[in-house]
Amino acid sequence: MTVLDLAVGTNVVRPSTVRAKPSPFVRDVVSVAGRALRAVPREMETVIPPIFIALFFFVVNIGTLQRLTENHISGFDIKAFMLPTGILIGVTGVSRAGALVLDIQDGYFDRLLLTPVRRLAILIGHMVADVAVAIALCVPILVLAFALGVRVEAGPAGVLAFLAISAIWCLAFAGFGYAIALKTGNPAAVNSSFLLFFPFLFMTSSYVPRAQLDGWLKGIAAWNPVTYVLEGQRSLVTHGWDAAALGKALLAIAIVGVISMSMCFAALRGRTKRG
Amino acid sequence: MNPRSPHAATAIAAEGLVRAFDGVTAVDHVDLDIARGEIYGFLGPNGAGKSTTVRVLCTLLSPSGGRATVAGYDVGSQPDQVRLRIGVALQEAALDPKQTGIELLRLQGRLYGLSRSEIDGRLADLGQLIDIGDALGRRIGTYSGGMKRRLDLAAALVHNPEVLFLDEPTTGLDPVSRARMWEEVHRLNRELDMTIFLTTQYLEEADELADRVGIIDAGKLVAEGTPDELKRRVGNDVIVARVDGNARAAHRALERVAGVHGVEARDDEVVVTAADGAATIGAVAVALNSVTTVQHLTLRTPTLDDVFLELTGNQFQRDEVEVA
Repeated sequence: MTVLDLAVGTNVVRPSTVRAKPSPFVRDVVSVAGRALRAVPREMETVIPPIFIALFFFVVNIGTLQRLTENHISGFDIKAFMLPTGILIGVTGVSRAGALVLDIQDGYFDRLLLTPVRRLAILIGHMVADVAVAIALCVPILVLAFALGVRVEAGPAGVLAFLAISAIWCLAFAGFGYAIALKTGNPAAVNSSFLLFFPFLFMTSSYVPRAQLDGWLKGIAAWNPVTYVLEGQRSLVTHGWDAAALGKALLAIAIVGVISMSMCFAALRGRTKRG
Repeated sequence: MNPRSPHAATAIAAEGLVRAFDGVTAVDHVDLDIARGEIYGFLGPNGAGKSTTVRVLCTLLSPSGGRATVAGYDVGSQPDQVRLRIGVALQEAALDPKQTGIELLRLQGRLYGLSRSEIDGRLADLGQLIDIGDALGRRIGTYSGGMKRRLDLAAALVHNPEVLFLDEPTTGLDPVSRARMWEEVHRLNRELDMTIFLTTQYLEEADELADRVGIIDAGKLVAEGTPDELKRRVGNDVIVARVDGNARAAHRALERVAGVHGVEARDDEVVVTAADGAATIGAVAVALNSVTTVQHLTLRTPTLDDVFLELTGNQFQRDEVEVA
């Protein structure tokens, strides 16, 4: 039984002339994103694993493949090659979709819907937080890579471009998680969206250059958008500014983003539909 | 009447309001006309359609038919205007356990377009209601049920709404806490002239709080009026007899007793309504004894339970009525 200890016999709520008013869209987005970002350090269990996994794969892949690749491919630098792989393993799947589905289950999502906040701002606010988290996740991996001697040929601006590609890829992929969260309201379904990670991240040129792939894997890699994201990021690290590679990376992200965001916004409409 | 209203005296109005889910009609042509500054009790058992009606009036659901206005704005076509003017405390406290109390209230204020200084002012205004001391800076996940209820109510009030919806606000509270919540509802209405739409499955809660009561059963509004008006509908007095065996056998015997208005029999209980209970109880006892053995006989004034029984043919289940 719950005990409610309200003060009795006093003026508990003072009269006020304050009135609610519509809030600008950007302010709504900032408010929702602020809440999402405040939650991040309180849910380190959702942040530590991606960092650990990214660092783990980065280090272990280098250790496993360094002699094999560098001895057989002329001028090949496995550390520079593996940096985008490690980063994408870290940021792919990072999203607040799990938190959103808990909001739906706890009823807090309904509380948000009862306010005048624009429904799109709820989603965009979470995504803004995802971008910030993705960039923060990249930092320890980049620091480790620099410590191991990796140099980004495109310079400091190239590092920023590298981070930007990582963040927008994270956002494009996160759309799938949000779509599942909003469509199902089921945490288990959201967690299972992790399965998408495997074909995207491993049926591609994660471990060796695309030219070294053969057979069916080479065919799939040619259609896998992650291949072009990796190649775009690698171009910044190993060659400097390569407009063609970067263009293909952005196009690949855009295609995935259009698909995932279409699913995501449709799911948002379904979830917030009052009819 | 609330002076801040730009509209007429009506705070909530519904005409033929319908809400259906996959062919099941949860709210069936409900009409409402609730004045500003009124406490309206919406009474019904679990599954009667109370919460669905609230969700339609609060814009979480669209009406399937009919129309409704809240604070002068149509819930179907002007939901944003409605949302600016209502506060809602849903049946389960809808809170984010990862936020602190103060973070939740500030975010709530921001989403209602309040400035920082306005939010600070409202937090001060709501100070005694929130009244959870240092816990306001703690994560909500650590709060007791009572603290969550208070925070939930504060979140519903932070933007100073014109109309407050409380969906079963005392379910799960102990009797003392429930009485304090009642006092709070009275005070919000009395001191702030706030219109309050209150759903409840507790008959005595509707009796205690509401200026008027609407009784909903199977989605239909089956009666509406002040608690006294509703009680008068079942007669002036109620005689309740507990008998051996099947009470239905006593039904015919009682119908012939002068002064009896109505008889409801269920299991081992017979409920008799009469214009003058004191004058009729003797004859009722004799009539019952002629067909069965009377174990217990009481005379009392009608309650909303009697009203509900009269109107729907169903009695509130005791486990629904008793405090959890």
